[in-house]
Amino acid sequence: MGIFSKFVAKLKGQSTADPLDWKVLEEELLAADLGPKLTAEILKSAQGLKGDDALTSLTQILNSHLSGKSRALSDANTVGVVLVVGVNGTGKTTSAAKLANLLKSSGFSVMLAAGDTFRAAAVDQLQTWGARIGVSVISGKNGAEPAAVAFDAAVAAKESKCNFLIIDTAGRLHNKSDLMAELGKVRRVVEKTLPISEVLLVIDATTGQNGIAQAKIFAEAVDVTGLIVTKLDGSARGGVALAIESALDIPIKFIGNGEGERDFAPFEPGQYLSGLIND
Amino acid sequence: MFDSLSTKLTGVFSSLRSRGKINSSDIENTCADIRSALLESDVALSVVDSFIDLIREKALAALPNLQSGSNQAQAIFEIINVELIEILGGAARRIRFAKNPPTVIMLAGLQGAGKTTLAGKLAKFYLDQGDTPLLVASDLQRPNAVTQLQVVGESVGVPVFAPEPGNGVGDPVKVAEQALVFAKSKLYNMIIVDTAGRLGVDQELMQQAIDIRNAVKPDEILFVVDAMIGQDSVRTAQAFQEGVGFDGVVLTKLDGDARGGAALSIAKLTGLPIMFSSNGEKLTDFDIFYPERMASRILGMGDVATLAEQAKKALDTESSAKMEEKFARGDDFTLEDFLEQLEAMSKMGSMSKLLGMLPGAGAMKKQIENFDESEIVRTKSIVQSMTPLERQDPKVLNGSRRARIALGAGRKVQDVNSLVDKFSAAQKMMRQMRNSGGMPPAMAQSMGMPAGMGAGPISSRKSQAPAKKKSKSGNPAKRAAEERG
Ligand SMILES: Nc1nc2c(ncn2[C@@H]2O[C@H](COP(=O)(O)OP(=O)(O)OP(=O)(O)O)[C@@H](O)[C@H]2O)c(=O)[nH]1
Ligand SMILES: [Mg+2]
Repeated sequence: MGIFSKFVAKLKGQSTADPLDWKVLEEELLAADLGPKLTAEILKSAQGLKGDDALTSLTQILNSHLSGKSRALSDANTVGVVLVVGVNGTGKTTSAAKLANLLKSSGFSVMLAAGDTFRAAAVDQLQTWGARIGVSVISGKNGAEPAAVAFDAAVAAKESKCNFLIIDTAGRLHNKSDLMAELGKVRRVVEKTLPISEVLLVIDATTGQNGIAQAKIFAEAVDVTGLIVTKLDGSARGGVALAIESALDIPIKFIGNGEGERDFAPFEPGQYLSGLIND
Repeated sequence: MFDSLSTKLTGVFSSLRSRGKINSSDIENTCADIRSALLESDVALSVVDSFIDLIREKALAALPNLQSGSNQAQAIFEIINVELIEILGGAARRIRFAKNPPTVIMLAGLQGAGKTTLAGKLAKFYLDQGDTPLLVASDLQRPNAVTQLQVVGESVGVPVFAPEPGNGVGDPVKVAEQALVFAKSKLYNMIIVDTAGRLGVDQELMQQAIDIRNAVKPDEILFVVDAMIGQDSVRTAQAFQEGVGFDGVVLTKLDGDARGGAALSIAKLTGLPIMFSSNGEKLTDFDIFYPERMASRILGMGDVATLAEQAKKALDTESSAKMEEKFARGDDFTLEDFLEQLEAMSKMGSMSKLLGMLPGAGAMKKQIENFDESEIVRTKSIVQSMTPLERQDPKVLNGSRRARIALGAGRKVQDVNSLVDKFSAAQKMMRQMRNSGGMPPAMAQSMGMPAGMGAGPISSRKSQAPAKKKSKSGNPAKRAAEERG
């Protein structure tokens, strides 16, 4: 259900929104995890809404909070290196595999790197995915230095001249600065061989306002270039990703909506916004 | 980050104090502040609104007393705190053991909530209490969930019942059923059933969870939920309650800095107790749930108990002992040591978060905000780009070496220069200190740390001393508790 459906239903056929309607809009925005701050901003812009063009105006208001940056994977001269990062359990490994699958089915040659050497069976998990989608996985031993695995993968990717290298990393909470420093090291080490073209932060759609802190600190540590919002097949609306776009100008690039390899798509803002409003 | 409720309330009430009296519009303003703080903490909207109504009612009822009382701020704050603890801890209880073993514990929750890790932690927790748990691999969905549970089981020394390989192969209901039979025959007194993550809206998988439940009739179904969850906590908790049903809640990833307002939403809406908290990636990072700590956390108030624990963990490192020894021997303080210090400090978690846990941190707001956390990360990256020789003896750092280091760390040469300067100053002070036998507070600050936070491992003995103080309690049980805590 769209977050504004109730509001829009009330607004239809009215020339102005009465105070009760604002309450409904506020509730819907908050319930979608846009957070009190962004909600207040949107409400403020929405005060001038007139019933007739309410939908268009709302879409415009929301649009104005989205990032203007490109949502495409950025071009790389050589191998496109994508680093997948995020807090624990958001869907990094799954998304890395899904992205590899998407690129592969678009005709690119892709390699995966098992940069999570910490969590139990994380390497096996990515290898299982690699076998499933037919993409080779570069891995070291469990407990190996993640930067070393990433470095080996970069060298192998450069040698094989593949189009993309996607590096999975261990989940880490953004408030652990030693683990954040480790991520910075992975980045620097890879860049000795190949420039990193994308750092994608995976945000679970169920995440609340803490998502903003996650994005802020990951961006400081490794210069995040885009978001992947996962688990949109559930009941969560993932509004914190909009709050992140609005606050930090980091664009959502992909969405995950299921556990299968094809449950993944580039983010379409128009579709997303009209989905919010019209469903 | 520190515009927490406590800061706001302190502001509101200090202006009130000058007028002396609280009226109902003051209470309205306070309620608005509480509302936005709770929303910022991810408490579900419906819960926030009913909570605010309750607070308003109680505060208004207390108003006559507040007017004559001297400390209104304290009184209203107490009302809020008491109500929060009431909701969070109202129904607190321990696991119910089965009359006829094995006790069956089943875990359920969304994907990525932390069930498998929690299964290992629970197993260890009960193993340490003398139980004989068996872990059961009924997540046959997620790639290599079975392997993960096996690794976890091995590291805590608990056997894992895993007859099926998973990755989509095998029937989780049968596995759970067989596990129960197996556990009875081998006299395990507890089984812990790990299940696949599932969405509240996925009816097929919810039915599977119901089938597992019906097959093993758990004594406890624990709903495992990520402390970072937002407003969806309501829909999801309700879907699980109406679907498979559950008896208690476990909050995970509490070592993060999420305020964890979902705890309040879930406790309030389901009326079920939060029983455990999971707070780290190590299998010992697990505890029973403390409602008072959670209340402070949701209010952004500071959590002294957790702070003390984290500080102790960070300072109890081997490296601190090594450093003290070295220092006592009269060895010079090197960049290597400097790096180790920084590492120990980063282990303490986010510095600003730690500071924020202190009550009254609101007053230190400016100072805390000026402390640049990423400074530690930057400094570390520079030191890490140095060769061992350079770390031992920064005097060799000529221009070309500095340029190379800057390149390796992705920093400017100026950053390297300023670090070397800071370090030389710190080293000099260390030498002076050894001669005079004390640590000048200025040193910590020269290393970029706010006053009182900087000493790191070197002062660990000092900062740990109070914890080791002899108990004052004559009651042996109480003393034991003190020693443990
Ligand atoms: N329903 C749904 N589940 C997802 C989605 N993406 C990932 N998952 C599931 O979420 C769980 C965690 O996914 P992982 O990919 O292992 O997450 P991770 O971030 O790599 O986890 P760690 O490495 O342990 O931090 C798995 O059960 C995935 O199948 C999605 O878009 N929708
Ligand atoms: Mg992973």
